[in-house]
Amino acid sequence: MPFNVLVLTCFAYVFFLFLVAYLADRRAARGRVAWLRSPLVYTLSLSIYCTAWTFYGAVGYAARSGLEFLAIYLGPTLVFVGWWWVLRKLVRIGRKHRVTSIGDLISSRYGKSNLLGVIVTIMAVVAATPYIALQLQSVTLSFGVFASDTPEGWALPDRNATAIWVAVGLALFTVLFGTRNLDAKEQHHGVVTAIAVEAVVKLVALVAVGVFVVWGLADGPADIVNRIDASRLAEWQLLPGRWFGVIFLAGAAVICLPRMFQVLVVEDGDEQRLARASWAFPLYLLLMSLFIVPIAVLGLERLPSGSNPDMFVLTLPLAAGQGGLAMLAFLGGFSSATSMVIIEAIALSTMVSNHIVMPIWLRFRPQTAVSGDLRRIVLLARRLSIAAVLALGYGYFRLSGGSGALAAIGLVSFAGAAQVLPAMLGGIFWRGATRVGAAAGLTIGFATWAYSMYLPSFGPDAVISVQVFANGPFGIGWLRPQALFGVEGMDPLLHAVFWSMVLNTTAFIAGSLLTFPGPVERAQSAAFVNVFDSHNEGLRPRPWTGGRAEPEALLVMTQRILGDAALGLFAAEAKAQGKEGYLPDASPEFVDQLERQLAGSVGAATAHAMISELVGRERVSVEDLMAVANETAQIMEYSGRLEAQQIELTRTAGALREANEKLTQVSMQKDAFLSQISHELRTPMTSIRAFSELLMEGDVPGQTVTAQAGVINAEAVRLTRLLDDLLDMSVLENGSVRLDLSVANMRLMIDRALIAAGNVRPERSFEIVRNPLAEEIFLRTDSDRLVQVFINLISNARKYCDAASPWMKIAVKQKAGRVYIDFIDNGAALPKANQALIFEKFARLTDASRAGGAGLGLAISREVMANLGGSVGYLPGQGGPAFRVTLPLQYVAAAKRD
Amino acid sequence: MRRPRASLFLPRPDYLRRRLVDAARLLPIFGGFLVLLPILWTQTDVQTGGTARSGIYLFVVWAALVAVAAWLAPRLAAAAERDDALPESEPGILGSDEVAQPPRQGDGV
Repeated sequence: MPFNVLVLTCFAYVFFLFLVAYLADRRAARGRVAWLRSPLVYTLSLSIYCTAWTFYGAVGYAARSGLEFLAIYLGPTLVFVGWWWVLRKLVRIGRKHRVTSIGDLISSRYGKSNLLGVIVTIMAVVAATPYIALQLQSVTLSFGVFASDTPEGWALPDRNATAIWVAVGLALFTVLFGTRNLDAKEQHHGVVTAIAVEAVVKLVALVAVGVFVVWGLADGPADIVNRIDASRLAEWQLLPGRWFGVIFLAGAAVICLPRMFQVLVVEDGDEQRLARASWAFPLYLLLMSLFIVPIAVLGLERLPSGSNPDMFVLTLPLAAGQGGLAMLAFLGGFSSATSMVIIEAIALSTMVSNHIVMPIWLRFRPQTAVSGDLRRIVLLARRLSIAAVLALGYGYFRLSGGSGALAAIGLVSFAGAAQVLPAMLGGIFWRGATRVGAAAGLTIGFATWAYSMYLPSFGPDAVISVQVFANGPFGIGWLRPQALFGVEGMDPLLHAVFWSMVLNTTAFIAGSLLTFPGPVERAQSAAFVNVFDSHNEGLRPRPWTGGRAEPEALLVMTQRILGDAALGLFAAEAKAQGKEGYLPDASPEFVDQLERQLAGSVGAATAHAMISELVGRERVSVEDLMAVANETAQIMEYSGRLEAQQIELTRTAGALREANEKLTQVSMQKDAFLSQISHELRTPMTSIRAFSELLMEGDVPGQTVTAQAGVINAEAVRLTRLLDDLLDMSVLENGSVRLDLSVANMRLMIDRALIAAGNVRPERSFEIVRNPLAEEIFLRTDSDRLVQVFINLISNARKYCDAASPWMKIAVKQKAGRVYIDFIDNGAALPKANQALIFEKFARLTDASRAGGAGLGLAISREVMANLGGSVGYLPGQGGPAFRVTLPLQYVAAAKRD
Repeated sequence: MRRPRASLFLPRPDYLRRRLVDAARLLPIFGGFLVLLPILWTQTDVQTGGTARSGIYLFVVWAALVAVAAWLAPRLAAAAERDDALPESEPGILGSDEVAQPPRQGDGV
């Protein structure tokens, strides 16, 4: 294929990407971002994890180390599948605190410390440099592949020239679309859309090559399995240490790499899209790796030994004469490389400008925070940073001579990025992590990584001399770069990862435990760790409480960064505060909100510094924060008090409701009583009237007259008794009864009662069981009244006891100044529902006429006992109906019922 | 400060939501176990030719993880959305608006 066709295709493709990015940006500018923010675009943008390293390097990796390459994709799979653990929290924090980069996250979490921002930025740039070099290298290599077997024999252009042109082109693209605007949020719709398109291109390209290999060159999957077993891949043995180590490293890298953090969190991630990506991204990775092994196996089989396995994706189709497919594969690789470089450059330039350039600028020219065009400076800083990052990548490419397997370079970079992991995870899960701890961990981890992995990656004698490799610096054996602390024979990668992570984590934890965090730091740690407790929002102390700022100065400063959007922001706030015009009060809340807005553009540390410039530097102390927290605590206490009052009210309402129910019941009882009493009075009256009418007619035999007069008399007696009872009742109920107190013997009283009650159903034999000894009690009470109660109870028993041979037990007990008299017979016990009912007026359980009374007996007894300072009640659980009469030995007036 | 109506047991939907989250949390741990399982194989299985088999096993595990995650994801997303809405709709004595106006000690604080 002619070289210029290749170049032309490249240009056409890049132009197409420009167009996509341009259109997407224009769409976003019109506010039509629904499609641009869809989960699909989000997932596809995540695919920048698969760089040229995946596209070319994975096949080479597979050819060299079998299935180990899968670990690089299984790690992220586990992280995404477990998104609920870490990613969800990261994304939420990123959105809530308008995090602009991973450096900003760390700096913001540890008290908006710019020092940490600088450390993370330097680490990220250093770690990313080999990775960018790797992309340049792969593009150059792929150009080389087309050049080398060209039939026309055109000369391979200078490799370095190719690399430099690619670097310049990428820088241009990134500057054009990555730094067009300085937004309140660090988002680039155009770039992200272009990345999504590139994601599709590389997937399609790799799958196309894979399908061609599996079904074109081989005979389908079964054949591939046989070929794998026949190839040298079959000899591959899984190395447990490396397998675990690489999975861990890849899992850490997928959240720590600046470019992954950029697409995952900064470019407007949210939970809904993350949920979709949690399975869609692993699926993408699966599809990307599915055909790697077949391509590697066929490449090893068909291509001459000694050909670079990293380029099998290109060389296999070329060797099979599939120029078009090779072209597609080339574009896929090109996409992988460019998309990675673009996003990495944006992420790094944001960090460099926010954490290094801006703070320096503000330090030397602090007045620019208040006057001068900061927007231009920020954008310029970013553009220069992009160029610098790419220049560094190119430098590394030149320095390392563009040699070495792609996979090895990639892992060096991964291990460097993973050094952020302890500070990051500790920051979002551990309140106790402090700035000093994070700085110590990052520095030591970074140094260990650089010493044991990064510098050796240049090769022996490049930076570190062979002498040092063999004997350690100054002959100190336990400091040999690849055998630290005497650990020898470990895989160099594993060795470096192991020691850097161990030392990093140890320093981080020790530093955190030994230091005390400052006020801002403590506030931020609470805000980060408890990001999901939205009801704690009120507890977040507002650091700007003590300061006084001129709203106009704030507006001027905000305009410098946000442009016209600032005016809208201020107007909205003024409206919310109920003020006319554009200038709201600079309340602590508003200044805090403003700081967050600015942080979205220039990072938390810079925003904090700029606001400090106006409001007053570090005015805040722990005491201030505590005061704010106190205020919040007061609110909570207040609402707690309200709650207590509420409970009190509920209780009172319950009591009232109960009282009301009782009243209603009493009222109903009264109604029932009235109707009952009229009925009770009416019945004897009716018979008296009827019989007296019969008598009035005369002409009645004398015998009948006697009988009828007898009935009339009996009914009149009953009526009188009823009225007596009622009178008695009302007297007792009023409590105006006159008691005839005297000393009386219990046994005699019971004797009297038994005799008196004997005339009730005298035909029945009724055995009485007594203990006369126990009855020898003298008490001071109204004996007549008490006997009345006894008579009532005994005659009730005689009346209602349904046993064949009835008996009654009368048990007297004396305890603590009270006397208990139990009347127990062997009839049928009362059901529970009736036990209270029988003491009501006119309550007769069976409407048997044999009752013969008015149904007031027990009611009267109860009143009598109440008047005597005692009580009468049903005694359950005695085998039959049982009543207990209780009264004091000595009548006391106060014992009268209330 | 305890809410008077705080119950020991959750209503059924909330209970299911929590178990869903449990499942989501356990999935990567279980997946990690399955992915690391080949480490144990190689120590006993020394004959060659295991590469294709291991590869197939890993891809099957991978696909299964994707499938389970795809089943969980929409439900979890709904749960997350509800979680966000929860604090506002939580039965309290006062609505959040009322609480926002505390008795202030003075403007000087």
